[in-house]
Amino acid sequence: MAKLTVRDLHTHFGSVRAVDGVSIDVRDGEFLVLLGASGSGKTTLMRTIAGLEKATSGEVVIGDRVVNGLPPNDRNIAMVFQSYALYPHKSVYRNIAFPLEAVRTDRAKIRERVEWAANLFGIGHLLDRKPRMLSGGERQRVALARALVREPNLFLLDEPLSNLDAKLRHQARHELKKLHGRIGITTIYVTHDQVEAMGLGERVAVMNFGRIEQIGKPSDIYREPANTFVARFMGSPAMNLLLKDGEVIGFHPENFLPVGESFQPGPDAMRLRFLVSGLEDLGADLLLYGQVPGADTSPMGEATEVIAKLPARLAGELEVGREHEFFVRERFVKRFDAATGKRVGAPAAA
Amino acid sequence: MSAHVPVAARRPAARDERAYARRESLLAIGMLAPAVLFIVLLVGVPFGLAIYYSLHDVTTGGTEVRWVGLRHFGELLRDRVFLRSLGNTVLFTVSTLVTVLVLGTVLAELLMRDFRGKWVVRFLILLPWTAPVALGLIGWLWMLDSVFSPIDWLLREVGLLGSRGAPLGALPNLYWLGDPVLAKVSIVLVNVWRILPLATVIVLAGLNSIPRDVIEQTRVDRAGYFRRLFDITLPMLSPILLVAILFTFVFTFSDMIAIFILTRGGPANMTQTLASHAFFTGILGGNLGRGAAIALFLLPVLAGVSAVLLRLIRRSEVT
Amino acid sequence: MTTSTATLPPAPARGRGVGRVASRTVFYLTVAIFTLFAALPFYVMLITAFKRNPNIFDPVASPFWYSQSPTFDHVRLLFTDTLFVRWLLNSFMVGGLVVLITLLLAVPAAYSLARLAGSWGEVLGIGIFLTYLVPPTLLFLPFAKVISTLGLQNSIWALVIAYPTFTVPFCTWLMMGFFKGIPKDIEEQAMVDGYTRLGAFFRAVLPLAVPGILTIVVFAFTLSTSEFVYALTFVQDSAQKTVSIGVPTELVRGDVFRWGPLLAGALIASVPVAVLYTFFIDHFVAGLTAVAGE
Repeated sequence: MAKLTVRDLHTHFGSVRAVDGVSIDVRDGEFLVLLGASGSGKTTLMRTIAGLEKATSGEVVIGDRVVNGLPPNDRNIAMVFQSYALYPHKSVYRNIAFPLEAVRTDRAKIRERVEWAANLFGIGHLLDRKPRMLSGGERQRVALARALVREPNLFLLDEPLSNLDAKLRHQARHELKKLHGRIGITTIYVTHDQVEAMGLGERVAVMNFGRIEQIGKPSDIYREPANTFVARFMGSPAMNLLLKDGEVIGFHPENFLPVGESFQPGPDAMRLRFLVSGLEDLGADLLLYGQVPGADTSPMGEATEVIAKLPARLAGELEVGREHEFFVRERFVKRFDAATGKRVGAPAAA
Repeated sequence: MSAHVPVAARRPAARDERAYARRESLLAIGMLAPAVLFIVLLVGVPFGLAIYYSLHDVTTGGTEVRWVGLRHFGELLRDRVFLRSLGNTVLFTVSTLVTVLVLGTVLAELLMRDFRGKWVVRFLILLPWTAPVALGLIGWLWMLDSVFSPIDWLLREVGLLGSRGAPLGALPNLYWLGDPVLAKVSIVLVNVWRILPLATVIVLAGLNSIPRDVIEQTRVDRAGYFRRLFDITLPMLSPILLVAILFTFVFTFSDMIAIFILTRGGPANMTQTLASHAFFTGILGGNLGRGAAIALFLLPVLAGVSAVLLRLIRRSEVT
Repeated sequence: MTTSTATLPPAPARGRGVGRVASRTVFYLTVAIFTLFAALPFYVMLITAFKRNPNIFDPVASPFWYSQSPTFDHVRLLFTDTLFVRWLLNSFMVGGLVVLITLLLAVPAAYSLARLAGSWGEVLGIGIFLTYLVPPTLLFLPFAKVISTLGLQNSIWALVIAYPTFTVPFCTWLMMGFFKGIPKDIEEQAMVDGYTRLGAFFRAVLPLAVPGILTIVVFAFTLSTSEFVYALTFVQDSAQKTVSIGVPTELVRGDVFRWGPLLAGALIASVPVAVLYTFFIDHFVAGLTAVAGE
């Protein structure tokens, strides 16, 4: 186990700046999520840390060793690919044993470690099977077992849950979190799914164009986005952004509430007219789509409608096609600079 | 609204369905038939005829066809030239196979990398296979000529040949196509030269089909070059290697072109193979029955080895 | 499983370290040796085709370069004094006709096997492909009898009949692969839009199969022009020969080799075929390795 430090890392492919100046300090045993859309540089960053891509400039330090010039096999890292990269002609046992065989561990030790890793993931009964006879979830666990069977300093995961059934994903996410709690290896986890990131990470780094837009605890990133990109990236539905009086204001749909019996605005609340044009009853929640007259929705890019998210019990109170009075409590209003998109007046970072 | 569908309306629907299915089958057969018919007629008939001839006394000139049963086969098995042809066929095929596999895998690994001028190199390396067989071999006829061979010239220039005390002899030329041993070496050499590009490209396709993830995983898992090669690459490559073996075998085992152009089976029938012997006996010698019998010996081995290889290929599929 | 051939690892890395320089040298040296082995005969053919006769038949002179100035005489002789041009035309005609026959037979058969035959399709497809493996040296003798019975001996028509016996099996197999690569949705959409299955085949599928058709055209052509055994067996008349047998057999008078024109002819007839084949060889290999993928 070791801490990881990345200093001003650049990885360029010709003119493409896949990683464009990234610096992070990962604590020993921390679970860090790299979150971003495809092309944001998150996978390239991870591969550079692993040594599968050569850094153009900057440093990668694992523990207290600068590992830039070292190939992957000298960095004592473990990696799980999105495809799991199991060796198709080998049994589960041989797959898990492979990293130990590669460094000439003796047979008895191998058996001990393989059985330990297999039991950790509950696949001890599958040791004789070949990968093509396993389900997606089982294959994933074999890949994880193989990664942990020696004691790596660093554990890298590239979208390991994206090949699983949606229903399995919750379960797998929870198990991963428990696993990390037990083993405590420094982990870097790459994903494009922000729900996953929020659920898993101690800290989340949101990436865009090879740079880190914001890094911090999931709840902090959600509630206090550092710029309009992060504001629009997190949340489903994402934060509403409006251009009003030369300033960009943002508020989450769940904080956009109707003035009425259920909710009372305080004296410092921002009041807005809301012309409701559509309504979705999702069972537990109600989503209202509409326009705020007099406000420009251009900061939201292609989205042109403001969204409000209310408890479903209010379904009867609001009519589509009518203008209602809505409000947002002042502390839930986030302000951004109209030109740069950067957050104005944020509290000190955690 | 009534949910009851009148009987009269129901029946035509079922009939339409059957008619549609029948039309599709007719179409399937109609599109397939010409090709199948062509192959059955023009491959099947000669094939049957080959068996028929081998059991009869037939000549190209005469019109008489006499039943002789297995006489041809009996005579052949006592004929020295035939036995030598059989031995040569096995020798040439196995030597070519082993050499091509080793060299082909090495060359394929080299061609996996990217380097400047790669497409030129690829074109040149493929030439022996892509150029028409006979025409490429003409080049070798010159290269191995008993007076003007460029290879001999080179050997003379570096002193390995042509002077007293030279390691390869004092004569100015090696008789590549005239000396019994050298002639066999030449045939194998030329076969390897011709098949190597094909084997290489097949192995290359196999190497490219190994997912990059798996290779990178071996690097992360700390596997060295040889472990990666023998423990991961070759096993995953085995179906493709078997395909390369299959085609190398098929194209070499029944080939007579190299022998026809370079040695005519000589010197003194020392380089005859089953295919070339069949040709010289049947066409140039006129003895169709005997020639067909010789050629038929190709069949069991070809069919047997192909069947075994195909079975192995199916079984070694890993994904 | 993800496969990627996008970025190949570079040749051993540039710069620093004796180890790197050494492995780079070994790499390029090995590549050079293989290239030389493959291409040397052709290089020598190229040089010699333009050498003056005294230069050619001088055992002391270098075979790899000129000692006297080069000459076009052999090439001129090839084109004016031999039937070379005739042979080229014959090869071309045979090739063209074989391509036509192959297209007419193989394309519908391949479609039928890929789409309409269900599970039979696979088995039949492999069966048809296996006839490609039946060597001409097995069949050529009785085939010769069939040809003479049909009265086609000594003419290029014998070859036009014989060649499809190996082009059709191989091209059907290749084309099957191509058809399978076209999504079924396209045809189903066409049928929903009102076409019959056959109509959908012509209107929707064939236009998308053009790369495949192009590939089998090239293969039928190159396989025909390279063929030797049948041509040697069926055609004796000099003027009816294809270039594949004409050059090796006609440019030798008894024991005298007219090396200049011989090598020139071999080279001139080889290069276009080789270039064409090289462009399409990846498809050829894909067809062969598909046997393993079933």
